[in-house]
Amino acid sequence: MAQDFRLPGRGRIDRKKPIAFTFNGRTVGGYEGDTLASALLASGIRLMGRSFKYHRPRGVLTHGADEPNALFQVDRGTGRADPNNRATVVEAVAGLTVSSQNHWPSLEHDIGQVNDLVAPVLTAGFYYKTFMWPRSFWDKFYEPAIRAAAGLGVAPDAPDADRYVHRNTHCDVLVVGAGPAGLAAALAASEAGKRVILADEQAEMGGSLLADLTSTIDGKPASAFVAEALKTLAGRANVTLLSRTTAFGYYNHNHVVLTERVTDHLAAPDPKLPRERLWQVRAKEVVLATGAHERPLGFADNDRPGIMLADSVRTYVNRYAVAPGRRIVFATNGASAYRAAADAKAVGLDVTLVDLRPEAEIGPERALLSGIELLAGHTVVGSTGGKAVTGLIVAPLSGGSVGARRTLACDCVGMSGGWTPAVHLFSQSRGKLTFRTEIDAFVPGTSVQAERSAGACKGTYDLASILAEGWAAGADAAGAPSTRAFAATPATPTGFKAARVLPTDADPKNVRAFLDFQNDVTAKDIGLAVREGFESVEHVKRYTTNSMATDQGKTSNMAALGLVSEILAKDIPQVGTTTFRPPYTPVTFGAIVGTARGETFDPIRTAPVHEWAVKQGAKFENVSLWRRAWYFPKPGEDMHAAVARECRAVRESVGLLDASTLGKIEVVGPDAAEFMNRMYPNGWTKLEPGKCRYGLMLKEDGFIFDDGIVARMAPDRFHVTTSTGGAPRVMAHMEDYLQTEWPDLDVFLTSITEEWGVIAVQGPRAREVIAPFVTGIDLSPQAFPQMTVREGEILGVPTRLMRVSFTGELGFEINVPADFTQAVWEALFGYGQRFGITPYGTEAMHVLRAERGFIIVGQETDGTVTPDDVGLSGMVSKAKKDFVGKRSLARPDMARADRKQLVGLLSADGRTVLEEGAQIVADTRQALPMTMLGHVTSSYLSPTLNHPIALAVVSGGRARMGETLFVTTPAGFTAVKVVAPVFLDPEGKRVEGLVEGGVHA
Amino acid sequence: MLLVPCPYCGPRPEVEFRCGGEAHIARPADPDALDDAAWAEYLFARTSPKGLHAERWLHAHGCGRWFNALRNTVSDAFITTYEMGQPRPDIAGDR
Ligand SMILES: [Zn+2]
Repeated sequence: MAQDFRLPGRGRIDRKKPIAFTFNGRTVGGYEGDTLASALLASGIRLMGRSFKYHRPRGVLTHGADEPNALFQVDRGTGRADPNNRATVVEAVAGLTVSSQNHWPSLEHDIGQVNDLVAPVLTAGFYYKTFMWPRSFWDKFYEPAIRAAAGLGVAPDAPDADRYVHRNTHCDVLVVGAGPAGLAAALAASEAGKRVILADEQAEMGGSLLADLTSTIDGKPASAFVAEALKTLAGRANVTLLSRTTAFGYYNHNHVVLTERVTDHLAAPDPKLPRERLWQVRAKEVVLATGAHERPLGFADNDRPGIMLADSVRTYVNRYAVAPGRRIVFATNGASAYRAAADAKAVGLDVTLVDLRPEAEIGPERALLSGIELLAGHTVVGSTGGKAVTGLIVAPLSGGSVGARRTLACDCVGMSGGWTPAVHLFSQSRGKLTFRTEIDAFVPGTSVQAERSAGACKGTYDLASILAEGWAAGADAAGAPSTRAFAATPATPTGFKAARVLPTDADPKNVRAFLDFQNDVTAKDIGLAVREGFESVEHVKRYTTNSMATDQGKTSNMAALGLVSEILAKDIPQVGTTTFRPPYTPVTFGAIVGTARGETFDPIRTAPVHEWAVKQGAKFENVSLWRRAWYFPKPGEDMHAAVARECRAVRESVGLLDASTLGKIEVVGPDAAEFMNRMYPNGWTKLEPGKCRYGLMLKEDGFIFDDGIVARMAPDRFHVTTSTGGAPRVMAHMEDYLQTEWPDLDVFLTSITEEWGVIAVQGPRAREVIAPFVTGIDLSPQAFPQMTVREGEILGVPTRLMRVSFTGELGFEINVPADFTQAVWEALFGYGQRFGITPYGTEAMHVLRAERGFIIVGQETDGTVTPDDVGLSGMVSKAKKDFVGKRSLARPDMARADRKQLVGLLSADGRTVLEEGAQIVADTRQALPMTMLGHVTSSYLSPTLNHPIALAVVSGGRARMGETLFVTTPAGFTAVKVVAPVFLDPEGKRVEGLVEGGVHA
Repeated sequence: MLLVPCPYCGPRPEVEFRCGGEAHIARPADPDALDDAAWAEYLFARTSPKGLHAERWLHAHGCGRWFNALRNTVSDAFITTYEMGQPRPDIAGDR
């Protein structure tokens, strides 16, 4: 398309570098330096979207980060499409596929526009009031229907093809914003050699000065000042300049997070570059120079395409060399729009200015209007047009009454309702805002962190003052206070007369003056909310959704606040203000996630025999960060068949388990036994070196925290094992007591989890399998009984050999240095072939221990289970005066007969495998809600017994042996019989190994 | 993210630490001497002051040592740190 609205001979676009992209299928031309918005305006395209709720035609309202209307789907190729991009900040790049949002079938003809006709019912709180009943309709009908009809862009359906990285850095002074205040601050701060980072969200640094063709600073044009300042800063080794970088979050202790857009502006970026870089900056001092946002004016139909902010008109004309229209009416309540009008007039556009203020209240800005018609003391009561504005309806004000209407024909309106300092980051830093009535704005008040604001974000609008303030702030931040005066001419036109909704002669019921353009909230909605009793601005916001859209109300917050204050006749500070929260502008998920995706999402811990298990075709499961072999299917086997085979092998011959993931802590020192006595309910003093004991660990509340075998290696040395997932928390728990409660104990704790690999050899043939390889240890049952530990060698490698069993069978746990574990494993596996040795995984381990009724912490326990609840009161020493958890066990509640106790459950039909977590009741005919007695904690089909078995915790369970209870299943209740929580070998004879003829009786 | 001043390692980011809650709640020397209410008080009752708060911190992913810190719960400023077992310093002020 021809760029009919491109102005000759000006602007910061590069006319030597034309580009083209498509918008809704049409090719649009532009130049490097354009945004999507400026390129579309250059081609005369003003209709850029449909509004969220009423589907009203909308054009661009702003020229920057505050844009609520022009939101586009931007497609850079497969995996590179994302919605809700602001047309005013996305740089125009060759080859982009851009489309507008929230319309069907097309932007020009949108069915949803019917919402605009029924607008009278779509008022504040409409959703709350309409879709309340029946409740079940919400999930199934209302919400899907509303989401389909509303919503903004389309979520991408392919994985993000780009790469994102994080970078951490420190600096002395972080300056946010590179407008006049930020540039001056960076110059001052870097002069003294401090490490300075200057970050600015735009492609080019300079802020408002980039659109200022009339001001001079120290005798030079503003653009020359910018160029010289940037050249000076770039020449200083202590300065980092980050353009296209938004400081979006200000967190504790001057932790400021920035997102840098690295490649979006490049048509063919180097594939080595990330798309975005997230900077985590820890700054000693921060200077906020984030500028201000212009306010729209509230009048009927103030949202037609072509109606935009006055300073945006000026920016499009001066910076982008685009005429947003040929006949422009400026409507204002203050001085700054005069400068915009003068600049538009200077490029030959037809300009009229309407000022709400009477002639007498207009200041020196009046002089800027040479040759421009001024309608002072006029209000705006509406606009004409459809998909583009065709006229602005104005009327004179006199003595509070609205005079005769008059329509000013135009194709663009530049409105200015005054200015709102961008205090978002200051507010995020938890600084306290104060209201300055004379500028009708909240400005930074009391600081909490090491930061200071300068320039327009502090309510300072005069260029010379902004520069001086910026310099002083930068010097102060660098710890070398100094001042510098800047000569800036001409004087900046400042000041405005606060106006919420402009006076009108229309029936207020028929006036839709939009405050929040993105969420389609009108002044009428705010009024309704207040009449319905919402007086806190936070409630009004949520009820009306004002400023709750992705723009977070940058152009609407103050308008709503002012209106509430006006209706309630309370001062603005009494009505309150919004607390701004990160992010300042939307941040891609990619930038937040960084490299933590796919394989690098989480660290993976693998056991020493992991590679071997992979080669054997093992299936794996995640246990905390560990990846453990789950089962080892043979060709044609499903999980069930594999687990059954593995279990049978252990019961009938011998199996091998990689148990290296068990947590291991060495407790060493003269006071080791005393420490163990205090940490565990068990007694340790009498445990001789060479013996093992099952250790149950409680927290101070008396509930089971972890468990594991403890071997006493020497009088002053314990080898403690923990559950796989529990190792870090057990270590932390022990360290906490050791360092903070009993620092007098001479004990050292060392995590040895990764030092020792552990091979569990379990089954009646276990001794025969290990015997040929073990030296220095008498393996005979008499010399090496159950629950003992011996030190010797296996294959010439040192071992801590434990005779322990988590399966109920004769078994050994061979601790060997991790690096030798696979070699030992392979030797045992090779030799064990004659016994049909079988590697087994965690699933078989779970089944085998459940058959014997051994608990797993976290499965049978849930943080509310005592030793007695799971039948382990025998582990609790009666003789010890104190241990962690002892006092809590003496509470009456801990001894109640109706506590949930561990029991076994057998399905009455002999077939049903219960669901873990299923609830248990005594009587299925009782009234709802039923009394639930407990739940199933473990459930398997036992390959050894050939019927289902389950463990459960049941209220008063041990007194219910033989009772029939009922368990929920997906098909209804099923009957179960309560039995003791041990299904095999209740006397524990099997750990002694072979009974007769190599098989168990 | 807080910048936590480990007295042994210097200032380090919060992700390296674990906050252990209110400081100066010593485990009773003879728990059996406490009635249930007093024991429950020890176990569960903690203050949540607005302003200065003495807390236990563990430099878990650093030196592994516990220490006490005075932190202002309003501004999050760390006023001082001190060794386990030392009494709370007598410091006024809220920044
Ligand atoms: Zn440390």
